[in-house]
Amino acid sequence: MPLLYPLVLAAALFGIGLYGVLARRNAVLMLLGVELMLNAVNLNLVAFDAWFADVMHTGQVLTLFTITIAAAEIGLGLAIVLSLFRAVRTVDVDRVGADR
Amino acid sequence: MSATEVIFLLFAAVAIGSALLAMTSRQLVHSALWLVVTLGAVAGCFVLLTAEFVAWVQVLVYVGSVVVLVIFALMLTRQQSTISAEVTSNRWTAAVLGLVASVGLGATVVSGFHGERIEGRRIGTAESIGDALFNDWVLPFEILSGVLLAALVGAIVISRAGADR
Repeated sequence: MPLLYPLVLAAALFGIGLYGVLARRNAVLMLLGVELMLNAVNLNLVAFDAWFADVMHTGQVLTLFTITIAAAEIGLGLAIVLSLFRAVRTVDVDRVGADR
Repeated sequence: MSATEVIFLLFAAVAIGSALLAMTSRQLVHSALWLVVTLGAVAGCFVLLTAEFVAWVQVLVYVGSVVVLVIFALMLTRQQSTISAEVTSNRWTAAVLGLVASVGLGATVVSGFHGERIEGRRIGTAESIGDALFNDWVLPFEILSGVLLAALVGAIVISRAGADR
């Protein structure tokens, strides 16, 4: 398989995720955009691991680490979004700062 | 073109299409469910890229728990207005930036790696990944379990501190 297939797919997913983070008004869906960008990174790591045929499986092990970090990030992020919702009764990022 | 490449391109098309739907859908829960499709298609790509174990972890952690967490959060933060899925006023700036990022990254990898091929000589089975993880990567692995524990305790503390008020 050409190495370019996964790399270009990862580039496309990263751009879509970036759009989601910047364009979404709902804070929870902004976090979904971050997850999508992290997945693009994972795809790159796995593709380069397969390309190098690495004995230590560096790429795939780092992918597992990224998945763990992403799980920690979404847990903390959603806790922060929940406490934000309790404080100002909205998760709309356009309105959160505007009321003050 | 081999069958693997055709299946990979199919998965890639599904992933990109559902990612676009997830990021643009006006229904909040639909966004989360389209993200399930995206992550599942990426897991399929992992299998085709010889990363079997990572694909299963992706299905377990992302599709199984992260999306469930997100749906819980969406339901707990439900607002009166149904238009909260709307995009911000600077959506065109965001679209241009996303496009620039995609095209820039795409051009970089095309100019750097065109003509290279993946042979798939070392399959990432559970056995080989476990060997690598617990022989070569055991210290980062243990540190990461500390990070995960700290993040989970932090999440509990943050959400409880809000409930007291």
